[in-house]
Amino acid sequence: MHTEFLMGNAAIAMGAVAAGLNLISGYPGTPSTEVLETTAKKNTGNIYVEWSVNEKAALELAAGAAYSGARTMVTMKQVGLNVASDPLMSLAYVGVKGGMVIMVADDPGPISSQTEQDTRHFAAFSKLPCFDPSSVQEAYDMIGDAFEYSEKYHTPVLFRPTTRVCHGYASINVKDIEEYLVNTPEGFIKDSSKWVIFPRLSYNNHIKIEQRNEELSDVFSQYDKNIIIPATDNSCKKGIATHGISYSYVMEALSGQNAPRIMKVATPFPFPEKLAVEFLSGLDEVLCIEELDPVIEKELTYICGKYGLSVKIRGKLTHDVKPAGENSCKSVSENLSAFSGLVPTKSVERATPPQLPVRPPVLCAGCPHRASFFAVKEAMKGKKTAFCGDIGCYTLGNAMPLDMVDTCLCMGAGVNITQGIGKIEPDTTCFAFVGDSTFFASAITGVVNAVYNQADMTLIVLDNSTTAMTGHQPHPGTGRTMMGEIVEKVDIEAVLHGIGVKTVETVNPLELSKAVDCVKRVSSEKGVKAIIFRSPCAVLIKPSTPVIVDENKCVQCKKCINSLGCPGIVLEEGKVCIEQSLCTGCGLCKQVCPTKAIMGGERDE
Amino acid sequence: MNKNILLCGVGGQGIVLTSKLIAAASMAKNIPVMSAETIGMAQKGGSVFSFLKTGENLYCPMFSEGTADLIIGFEPAEAVRMLPYLKADGTVIVNSHPIMPVTAALNGGTYNGGEMIDYLKANVKNIFVLDGDEVCRKIGSPKVLNMVMLGAAIKSGCLPFTLDEIKETVQKTVNPKFYELNCKALDEAEKLF
Ligand code: SF4
Ligand code: SF4
Repeated sequence: MHTEFLMGNAAIAMGAVAAGLNLISGYPGTPSTEVLETTAKKNTGNIYVEWSVNEKAALELAAGAAYSGARTMVTMKQVGLNVASDPLMSLAYVGVKGGMVIMVADDPGPISSQTEQDTRHFAAFSKLPCFDPSSVQEAYDMIGDAFEYSEKYHTPVLFRPTTRVCHGYASINVKDIEEYLVNTPEGFIKDSSKWVIFPRLSYNNHIKIEQRNEELSDVFSQYDKNIIIPATDNSCKKGIATHGISYSYVMEALSGQNAPRIMKVATPFPFPEKLAVEFLSGLDEVLCIEELDPVIEKELTYICGKYGLSVKIRGKLTHDVKPAGENSCKSVSENLSAFSGLVPTKSVERATPPQLPVRPPVLCAGCPHRASFFAVKEAMKGKKTAFCGDIGCYTLGNAMPLDMVDTCLCMGAGVNITQGIGKIEPDTTCFAFVGDSTFFASAITGVVNAVYNQADMTLIVLDNSTTAMTGHQPHPGTGRTMMGEIVEKVDIEAVLHGIGVKTVETVNPLELSKAVDCVKRVSSEKGVKAIIFRSPCAVLIKPSTPVIVDENKCVQCKKCINSLGCPGIVLEEGKVCIEQSLCTGCGLCKQVCPTKAIMGGERDE
Repeated sequence: MNKNILLCGVGGQGIVLTSKLIAAASMAKNIPVMSAETIGMAQKGGSVFSFLKTGENLYCPMFSEGTADLIIGFEPAEAVRMLPYLKADGTVIVNSHPIMPVTAALNGGTYNGGEMIDYLKANVKNIFVLDGDEVCRKIGSPKVLNMVMLGAAIKSGCLPFTLDEIKETVQKTVNPKFYELNCKALDEAEKLF
């Protein structure tokens, strides 16, 4: 044992490595990404690591390895599980041989997601055991337990941390390399009565699964991470039921104060029913402090009914706890003071501050997506258009002044949404914007659909040769894998041609007039056609020398600012100038300035 | 003794690295530490913060408003934004050099940081204002702002370690190429007040 300062996601990775992990796969998504990345960094040499093309592929790969006796982990964010839900639901019936942990990070807030969905429901829905860690240390310890239970019960298990656990750092106790478990996979043993899902097998296994989950409910009532903490004052008739990071907020708020009885639920499914009955007995009232959905609250309400306990269960359903968004130290201490008279920390009275500047996230200075959006905007001036966006950095193209994202739903959706708009309003010029990673993950089938069903649309692939939003992971188009191999790139042009898209043009968006001409020409054709805007992510390349504004030529028309919104162009005492520390010298603003007042950048030399 | 520390500023200012150094220096003295910071979409030009707690019996890295011992503000408006977290008798160390948001340029905004500093001075007793930009220029690198802020924070006495101890941590964890430069920045900051 030694101490290390680790991010929650790194702790999960290290815990899995220490538990004898053989294979890890996943698809990047905040807040889950660092689990796989840390595993790749800490690879003892015996672990196969892969960024799969999407979550469904990742889960199936991990399942195959687990059929072969490997200990496997698959990582994704909560919306990724929607993509992987097809194999998940069936795999629950088939089961595994080696331990398999499905790490799904939930994102209360949401801070960087489309939804506030609660993976604990997916656990109940798929009937798979679920672990919900409350701190970085617990996440480290619990991942080993998750593998043990998975292997013992021959079932994949869900491991569901939330953003604050994933991205929190703590100095924690971790195992030395000598203490790591080593798992040697037995290999895949053919047995079609086991690995081939048929209605008969599903029926038989369904019965077994229900029995197993009843057993697990009892087992989990003894699990050392499902706990009851007695009240400071024995006569107190109130209780708090909580989980995850909210448990930490509760403990933090109550430290040094009179605390009611507390129950921490580390396994929301199968719910530790016996432990809950013990917790509820003798209480009058319980407040459930949860994030996302009222899962514990509903379970406790059900248990009260089942056992005839007259305990009032309160929480989100009774409007005592807010229904959406993440909890905080502040919100929890307010909940506690309303419920049990806890004295909250007083905020300090200060004068009202001056108006603060807002800082919404924006595309980086020099980002090629800015040029791509601007080129399409210029080319389509005055036309009736639909710009369907997608998930990635380029969602930020919706901000003023670009304002180039009319819809955004989920990975790959824009390609099909734009077809739908076109079918109803044929006089609209329909575009779908998709990043390179998203293209491979889930847009290809959409293009097949468009070609087959005679859609009239222009696909714009924003190819910056990386998965930038989540921190630059490789993908099939980059020619690199997580095992460090250099491989043949999957060629986007060739894929599109292969599907039957006849016109596919590739252009550098930073050559503005060429890009605008290309958009005009290609979008005027009938049918499905594609433009690939290819220019590397600004963060990944060495910047050129920054540009400067010639004060004598600049007429202060502000066209550069008002059309591009590049953070590199700023106003200093009312005058346009370039923030030298930010400008990458991409040269886009030079091409927009009507008086050629912007100079420099490497292209001049 | 337990300390609640809040670092804040704008994406790209080196806040996350500073927070890591404070954590590493604390751990070197066997002081338990936890931290939490902004990650993801908001990092792109947005407000960035890092909560840091050192001491015993820690449950979570975040803390309530009105409980921070120290705020290290890398940017004036960001320090004001996070001020509700400061204890009544807490300390603020702030860089007076403002960073313009893109939206300010778009709206022809006039934000220049001055009124933020005035507000901080009027509302915080223990405040140290420094022009991080100028100090960096003096040292000869715009990349050492985080060391300047860290040095100033050590000087304030709110961190559980000394200048020499942080230098040791820097030597162990940061690229040795920049060791001399970083030490210079730390020393320079110490001399400021
Ligand atoms: S050249 Fe112009 S558009 Fe490109 S990064 Fe610099 S300021 Fe921004
Ligand atoms: S577009 Fe050219 S002339 Fe107009 S404000 Fe910008 S730099 Fe000056």
